[in-house]
Amino acid sequence: MVEPLLTPVKPPFWNNPQVRAITFQVIALVATVAFGLYLFENTQDNLRRLGIASGFGFLSSPSGFDIIQSLIPYSAASSYGQVFWVALLNTLLVASLGVVLATLLGFIIGIARLSKNWLIAKLALAYIETFRNIPLLLQIFFWYFAVLRAAPAPRQSLSLGDTVFLNIRGLYLPAPEFQAGFGWVLAALGVAAGLVVFLVRWSRRRQAATGQQFPIFLASLALLLGLPLLTFTLAGAPLHWQIPELQGFNFRGGWVVIPEMASLLLALTLYTAAFIAEIVRAGIQAVSHGQTEASFSLGFNTGLTLRLIILPQALRVIVPPLTNQYLNLTKNSSLAAAIGYPDLVSAFAGTVLNQTGQAIECIAITMAVYLTISLLISLLMNLYNRRVALVER
Amino acid sequence: MKLRNILTATATVTLLLSGVAQAGTTLDAIKKNGFIKCGVSDGLPGFSYADAKGNYNGIDVDVCRAVAAAVFGDSTKVKFTPLTAKERLTALQSGEIDVLSRNTTWTSSRDSAQGLNFTGVTYYDGQGFLVNKKLGVKSAKQLDGATVCVQAGTTTELNLSDYFRANKLKLTPISYDKSDESAKSLEAGRCDVLTSDQSQLYAQRIKLAKPDDYMVLPEVISKEPLGPVVRHGDDDWFDIVKWTLFVMVNAEELGINSKNVEDMKKSTNPDVKRLLGVEGDKGKDFGLANDWMAVVIKQVGNYGEIFDRNVGKGSELKIERGLNALWNQGGLQYAPPVR
Repeated sequence: MVEPLLTPVKPPFWNNPQVRAITFQVIALVATVAFGLYLFENTQDNLRRLGIASGFGFLSSPSGFDIIQSLIPYSAASSYGQVFWVALLNTLLVASLGVVLATLLGFIIGIARLSKNWLIAKLALAYIETFRNIPLLLQIFFWYFAVLRAAPAPRQSLSLGDTVFLNIRGLYLPAPEFQAGFGWVLAALGVAAGLVVFLVRWSRRRQAATGQQFPIFLASLALLLGLPLLTFTLAGAPLHWQIPELQGFNFRGGWVVIPEMASLLLALTLYTAAFIAEIVRAGIQAVSHGQTEASFSLGFNTGLTLRLIILPQALRVIVPPLTNQYLNLTKNSSLAAAIGYPDLVSAFAGTVLNQTGQAIECIAITMAVYLTISLLISLLMNLYNRRVALVER
Repeated sequence: MKLRNILTATATVTLLLSGVAQAGTTLDAIKKNGFIKCGVSDGLPGFSYADAKGNYNGIDVDVCRAVAAAVFGDSTKVKFTPLTAKERLTALQSGEIDVLSRNTTWTSSRDSAQGLNFTGVTYYDGQGFLVNKKLGVKSAKQLDGATVCVQAGTTTELNLSDYFRANKLKLTPISYDKSDESAKSLEAGRCDVLTSDQSQLYAQRIKLAKPDDYMVLPEVISKEPLGPVVRHGDDDWFDIVKWTLFVMVNAEELGINSKNVEDMKKSTNPDVKRLLGVEGDKGKDFGLANDWMAVVIKQVGNYGEIFDRNVGKGSELKIERGLNALWNQGGLQYAPPVR
């Protein structure tokens, strides 16, 4: 008997996994594009039918309203486009200050939470549980309507040496006015910074070679303060302070931190710091206790152990969730609208949208901006994460 | 505030997706729903204000009730949506509400670029300033350097900047979403001045803890004709809302009110007969019941009645008729004839 030859049967093409995969992806892509086109066409139709203006031409027309806080020159004669920049800068200002302050506070509280001192540890615990369990919006209201409203009227301002004033309209600080010759002071600061970098490298090399330590912190501090100060005196003190003065209804001159900004920043910082503290605690606890014991047995004290052994290893665990907190803080800053701080959502997606009636354009721009900011933060934090991550060789 | 953002976002998405839903006329959709979706203010005594039981009262509220009476013959068939100044126009554009009756100023850009149609004027107003008497300010010209509380997204915000610019005064504005926040800030001293339409200032003042400590400055810096608004593009609905208001004004002029409307049906005056649907079929021309105008007057009242009841001498606000008197009594309220 002859066995029939077993020839492999070619399966029909619709059973070919590759063909299937590609087909379904093409279908999905076509469907998505078609839906997008439908949305676009439908929107255009609706806008035309309702007689609503569309396009981005409105960005160059004059806004006609004033904004309480602006980091760039702005007046009611400026364009809606400028409102966008003013609002964006206000958002970035409160978000970046918030990120820095929340990180500092979060690390301190997180470490305090692990302190062997019972009182410190419990205080940190109480802080964390209080601030992260109360809705952020309520905290903003608390600072704005309860705490900062207790400040006195302008005429009864609390003053510090008649240069710094605190009242219900804000915190008034003297503003520096740079005179000719201040450039030298800045140059001196640059030189000092350069010297410090050099000094740090030198002391590291020396310590590696000889084991001798150098009081690098004090020396750097002396350089950074001393050199610019010396230049400042030699150049004839080229700096004036513009002191805020009570004129009519309000203080004028100087810098002012408005209560809207202060309460938003306070609430964002305290709220986010509570989360960061827990992340820091988790990160530290993720480092095996054996590391601490090994460090102690080598003669490091607690501070050095924390700085040189624990934190560098903990950062690997800390950085990714920390990125999330930075993103949250930035997005939460949009709650500004609740207390009249002119951020992107309040001034642009709110007032401009309302004055022009161009909802789609304003919302689209605002969403694109938040997306861009968030992606940028992620990018930066991922770069940093790559540096601190465990390098496996 | 999250909620508010969601509201704006939904409104925007509705603008993207709607089309099929909007295909029919507004009136058909309303009849199918069984009620009118009416946007009102988030709390302004005299104009739209929910009492302790949650019942809305006010001149703007009564306009909505009158439209419901016109369409359904029943003034209670209204669903009220409280809106902030910022939300109101988007809510109307996107079809979340059928008519906006929320002390909104009639302007050229709202009529044109924003795709809206104002149906008339329920209240002729003008912008003013409310200050604490302690400041010793007697005129708005003395407000150089003052901090001013204002509601965000209003014509008020624009007039304020214009006025300070024109008079070369320095301005620090704080714009809040809600008028309540402005009032609280004025009381706390966060701002020196609260600016808004004068009618609103009087309404805000009675909400303050010590109303007598505050005064309204004499200057009126703008024209603020306030009225109901509908979406652009549905002429039939526009006509119904517009004529509901005209009917109430005409009724006052003809001496018809909610109490005597049945008796007036026996009147020999042809104007009265036409308006009440006794003679001719003027009501049917709107696609409504022939006697809808009479129903409006019976259930809600004529213009004078709703004015007195809500903001005038029968109310806490005690605002004079002034510009809002009938044209033949020295005011501006004038309606085309029913004919």
